[in-house]
Amino acid sequence: MTAGRGRGTGSDGLAGARRRHAVRPHTPWLLLGVAVAVSAFVVLPLVFLVVQAVEFGWGALEPLLFRRLSAHLIWNSLSLMVVVMVLSAVVGTLAAWFVERTDLPGRRLWAVAVVIPLGIPDFVVSFGWHSLFPSLGGFWAAVLVMTLAVYPLVYLPVAANLRGADPAQEEVSRSLGTGRLMTFWRVTVGQARVAVLGGMVLVGLVVLAEFGAFEILGFNTLTTEVYTEFQVGLDPPAACALSLVLVLLGVLLLGGEGALRGRNRPPRLGSGVARALRPVELGRARPVALAGIALLVGLALGVPVGAILSLIVQGGSGTLPPASIWSAAVHTFGYSASAGLLATAAALPVGLLATRFARLQVQFLERSNMLVMAAPGLVIALSFVYVTEHFLDSALYQTPALLVVTYAVMFFPLAVVSVRAAVARSPVGLEEVGHSLGVSRWSVFVRVTLPLIGPGLAAAFCLVFLESATELTATLVLIPTNAQTLATQFWSYQSNLSYSQAAPYAGMMLLIAAVPSYVLGRWFDRLPGRAPVAPNPEGGGDAVPALARTMVGS
Amino acid sequence: MAGAGVAGLALLAPAATPAGASGGGGGSITLYNGQHVQTTDAIVAAFEKKTGITVNVRSDDEDVLADQIVTEGRHSPADVFFTENSPPLQYLASKGLLATVKSSTFPSTQRRFDSPRSKWIGVSARVSVIVYNTSLLTPSQLPTSVMQLAQPTWKGKIALAGSETDFQPIVTSVVRRYGTHAALRWLDALKANATDHLYPDNETITDEVNRGQVALGVINQYYWYRLQAQLGASGMHSKIAYFAPHDPGYVIDVSGAAVLRSSTHQAAAQKFVAFLASHQAQEIIAHSDSFEYPIDSGVKTAQPETPFNDLEPNSISISQLGTGAEAIKLLQEAQLL
Repeated sequence: MTAGRGRGTGSDGLAGARRRHAVRPHTPWLLLGVAVAVSAFVVLPLVFLVVQAVEFGWGALEPLLFRRLSAHLIWNSLSLMVVVMVLSAVVGTLAAWFVERTDLPGRRLWAVAVVIPLGIPDFVVSFGWHSLFPSLGGFWAAVLVMTLAVYPLVYLPVAANLRGADPAQEEVSRSLGTGRLMTFWRVTVGQARVAVLGGMVLVGLVVLAEFGAFEILGFNTLTTEVYTEFQVGLDPPAACALSLVLVLLGVLLLGGEGALRGRNRPPRLGSGVARALRPVELGRARPVALAGIALLVGLALGVPVGAILSLIVQGGSGTLPPASIWSAAVHTFGYSASAGLLATAAALPVGLLATRFARLQVQFLERSNMLVMAAPGLVIALSFVYVTEHFLDSALYQTPALLVVTYAVMFFPLAVVSVRAAVARSPVGLEEVGHSLGVSRWSVFVRVTLPLIGPGLAAAFCLVFLESATELTATLVLIPTNAQTLATQFWSYQSNLSYSQAAPYAGMMLLIAAVPSYVLGRWFDRLPGRAPVAPNPEGGGDAVPALARTMVGS
Repeated sequence: MAGAGVAGLALLAPAATPAGASGGGGGSITLYNGQHVQTTDAIVAAFEKKTGITVNVRSDDEDVLADQIVTEGRHSPADVFFTENSPPLQYLASKGLLATVKSSTFPSTQRRFDSPRSKWIGVSARVSVIVYNTSLLTPSQLPTSVMQLAQPTWKGKIALAGSETDFQPIVTSVVRRYGTHAALRWLDALKANATDHLYPDNETITDEVNRGQVALGVINQYYWYRLQAQLGASGMHSKIAYFAPHDPGYVIDVSGAAVLRSSTHQAAAQKFVAFLASHQAQEIIAHSDSFEYPIDSGVKTAQPETPFNDLEPNSISISQLGTGAEAIKLLQEAQLL
């Protein structure tokens, strides 16, 4: 909402009030117009869903929705979502605490290593585990694979939060005789609550829409059922109607998070004095902590990488024709990088508006964008087929441009949360100085705001890039004929059980995705926080931007 | 940053344009390919060489492609649709989206495995078989009818892929022989017997049976031959077997091809479909890693070893297989879909 939220400790006191007063001279109509247009475009696929479902009719929908299998699948989706959210919260928070707050050996190395799994496609993680343990399947396998694939979505915001949080509260708690564990739970976790919840929501949305990983593990959810309806049922309206249930679950998830986060924050007037934290000495627990984090990295990073390498080394022949991995890599990179740029550029007005001109309607606008993440990729792709056919005479259809736009829409929420968090952290004061010196609005934006939020934009780009580079089902529908991406070629081999042919594609995907992950991790690790920073009541003086704050405010 | 972004977009987009999207002296057509790439690839190469017409191939699941063609409507870029099974073709024919295949493409005698109304032509055929793990079962223990798999003796021993397209013709065939009610009870029992061996597709069934995770499953013959081609004979711990002649589980599925009515390259598209039915293409199918039966009975396969004409399937027709809608409804009722 406002800059203060990112703190977790809450700087919404006087500082927040002062800023709000200062920032709201009048409604920026142009910005509002652009943001509304962007948001309207992003929710377009959801409109398509409703249109299709209405066409399908309630009479036909009812028997499909209200039957044993639906209940079973909704239960599978929900229970999986909740368990993975909770486990990701525990794993992500603990990892963040050990890396950020303790004297864990090799901290800098771990800080990067625990983030990289974010760049490994979920279906590659699944594939890695499945090729090592072929009998792996069912609920707990799905929980294991998904948790290992998505916990960084909690780790990143929580680590950022711990870095920025005021250590004085913990010291006070300890000095009052509260034990270490209790202090951790009440104060440390308490401070990071908003960050944990924000990360959990993204985890929940990702789990809801996941398809490939569960297909490999043979675990059925509402989303795999949507794909089955498409693939077997020859019944797109039915699949769209089922997707609406997914979107509904997404609404519940966002609502639940809103309710849990609550309105009241710890009553504080300032954000405290940021200063160097003295790391918690682990003492005899050091080897245990070290073993724990090594195990996490081993499972999340080591298993998929190891499985891919062993399959490449093993070799073997397949019955599928060979394909060019380089051409697939170039396509993957081109499409994903373009989508990253487009989504980031489009997220800028929405992020600016949501942060600087926070009103209820604006928040509604921004949060409705999040829902697109709960809809399966295939559905979003078909909605664009529909739109181009009905309104554009099929112009742009199956061109790189439309594929890029589709990626940008699908992963728009990731860009928005990053951009918004970055805007929230940049001091408004500097812009005001610019205005007061008679510089035009646009100039201030280009010369002051953009440089300040630059790292946040980079983070938005990286997240959208990572997700696009591994997207499969929408890609199959919209990719230019004859072109392949790493994901489509991997899937073609994998689903034909040509594992040794599939493995290099998984490896290449991992390499392409690991670079941004690594950069994110490194950049994130260099953020100030440990170093003493001059106190700043605006809460924006530190450069902690973007991913650091990515989901903190969401 | 935003300015740089737009500039970057413009720079990156050309790099992402596929090579050879158009070109070739003889024009180009777009093939929506629901068939296995193993089957299509060599045929397309031979066609391009022979005619100079470039074929742009787009591969995906056949039903997704069918949905896509329907959604694309009159602007569909597809000229030819090539599928693994007849139902998606029947589905598009029922929506009036297919052109009539040129009569010269069909052989002089009407065959069992072509479109009843000349809307598409049969290209290759596959037969449903039992795949069983040789250390878990002996040939004498195998069922002779697909109906027996519903018996309690098979509990925990069978694998089932309810969402596999190739399973629908068997369901349709059971319905035709025993009626809807009995078919549903049979499906319920199958599902109960499959316990936790419910898999997404026939590839997985074949693999799991071969690994000994489960004793047997019902697949189409070529999945087993493909696995053998990948693993080598030493890697195979499974065999295939046929149901008793004319059993409802003994079904021939047909893979076919059609020209889209919306195609703006009718002549070239008809040429490609005619090529699929030609002796040259049929020979390619017989000797590729496809392991399907060429529909032209004059062409012999090395693998599968049993000649197509020696098979004794039940007599269900293409029209009776239809769009598979009835089977899908039953599978949904049995909570398998």
